Amino acid sequence: MIDIAAFGWATLIAPFYEFVFMRRALVATLALALSAAPLGVFLTLRRMSLLGDALSHAVLPGVAIGFIVSGMSLTAMAIGGVVAGMTVAAIAGLVTRFTLLKEDASLTATYLVALALGVTLITVNGSQLDLLRILFGSALGVDNSGLLLVASVSSVSLVALSAMYRGLVLETFDPIFLASVANQRQRGWIWQQGFLMLVVINLVAGFQTLGTLLSVGLMMLPAVSARLWHASLGSQLVNASAQAMLAGAVGLLLSYHFDTPSGPTIIGCSGALYFVSLLFAPGGLLPRWWTSTHRVA
Amino acid sequence: MAARFDGDTTYNNYMAGSGLGKYNKHTMVKSEMVTLNNLTISYQSHPALHHLSGSFSTGSLTAVMGPNGAGKSTLLKSLAQLIPPDKAVSNRGDNPALKINVPRHRIGYLSQTSELDKTFPISVLNCVALGCWNSAGAWSAVTAPMRNAIGNAIHVVGLQGFEDRSIGSLSGGQFQRVLFARLLVQDADLILLDEPFNGIDSATSAVLMAIVLQWHQLGRTVIAALHDKTLVQNHFPSTLLLARELVAWGKTAEVLSATNLGRALGMAEAWDESAAVCTVSGTTFTQSQRPA
Repeated sequence: MIDIAAFGWATLIAPFYEFVFMRRALVATLALALSAAPLGVFLTLRRMSLLGDALSHAVLPGVAIGFIVSGMSLTAMAIGGVVAGMTVAAIAGLVTRFTLLKEDASLTATYLVALALGVTLITVNGSQLDLLRILFGSALGVDNSGLLLVASVSSVSLVALSAMYRGLVLETFDPIFLASVANQRQRGWIWQQGFLMLVVINLVAGFQTLGTLLSVGLMMLPAVSARLWHASLGSQLVNASAQAMLAGAVGLLLSYHFDTPSGPTIIGCSGALYFVSLLFAPGGLLPRWWTSTHRVA
Repeated sequence: MAARFDGDTTYNNYMAGSGLGKYNKHTMVKSEMVTLNNLTISYQSHPALHHLSGSFSTGSLTAVMGPNGAGKSTLLKSLAQLIPPDKAVSNRGDNPALKINVPRHRIGYLSQTSELDKTFPISVLNCVALGCWNSAGAWSAVTAPMRNAIGNAIHVVGLQGFEDRSIGSLSGGQFQRVLFARLLVQDADLILLDEPFNGIDSATSAVLMAIVLQWHQLGRTVIAALHDKTLVQNHFPSTLLLARELVAWGKTAEVLSATNLGRALGMAEAWDESAAVCTVSGTTFTQSQRPA
């Protein structure tokens, strides 16, 4: 018994107990999981699963400018990232509203330009190594200011998402109905832009922990899996957060014990949960095959 | 499933019970609910609706008919103020292209069902409750009278017992009942229905048509885009026949003549990519074109 307890302590608890950087990484990942995953559920419902991906590329020129101005300063890079992400989202939104281009087309065009600009800025003014750090992040390098950033973003997102919930659900489900009943101040694009801003700040919050490329993973993978488990939106949101948190904790431990990079390991765990969901969730493959009986009505 | 509809009793109970159904007397006074004056709406300079003038009187029940591409949906969307009239044609001030005698929140609009995502994780109850948006908005609580109205509306469309089902599990007809329940909760003065019976079986059509007739009896103005000629002849006193331009507007029996229907078909099929720029400025259709 004592052996099992000791083994459990050594594998599950000790890494966090003994090392400050592991505790910081855990808190940052859990906070991120709590706010980013529910946003991912809304993204999948809006058929914009790839939008997170596009926006995570879009923040790059802002991060680069922050980097050029003040080196590897988290605050500068975060502010730059938020500004760049929101600018890209706003430009794409305006193009969608005032031309015949649909949202996916206008956003793709805008983020590609932003990505090219960002990569150019970083490689001209920094090194390949800097580019890699920004693209892939490092959960184990989260400092106090990073922790503060993630915690603030997570709190703001959760409060804002609760406040926006009814409007966002209606705008996602039936935008035509919303447009036909809502007064000028509550038209659809307000909900949409507010929601996109939440997505942007969450991606920026994730970039130190997981990197700009992978921060979208903690947002989308648990969200996609959660849709397979539940029929109601509330359950999907809770399930997505729970899966993201589990993936974050397990991913950090695996990365500690097997000396793998933390960000990709966390996303890998999320991927494993997605695979399990694909097979065993009510909306997945195996329940469909196994169900051979049917009810009379 | 119970496809039951108690006609007057249920609906009147609903109207009485909800406390929301008191008809707005203020709107009864005005005889024209909607006035169109040279209403033109173009997509990339090609008109989907061309110089449409006339009026829908308060309390009228009008079918909008015409071939595909005749501008029926465009007309309803512009009445719901979802798309603006062309700027060049609408002369603001005394004679706006589109004049509606009720505020925006008194208009109920039902889009074509195909424009909705039926896999969305929302329950029947919550979907019907969306009809309370005008009173509850984004943040206020759904009050007891609103809950009453929601419950009654679900009862009227015959979906009691389905409240907690997700809309993804409903058939097309059941889903259309949900949308009608939402309209009942909205309790609008001007009700716009875009092909409400498309792909709906006769049992459900009968239930929904009964609701439309109840609205008519209560003095609501109902405008519905429809394809079913028999249904229109049986239930709709007035008809507007469109083919991008006005073909005929008035009593259903007179409008739906073979000559008119043939003309509508011919007009809608004409399409000229390089059509000359229209210079008609002020043709107005007067009394003779109005519905009786």
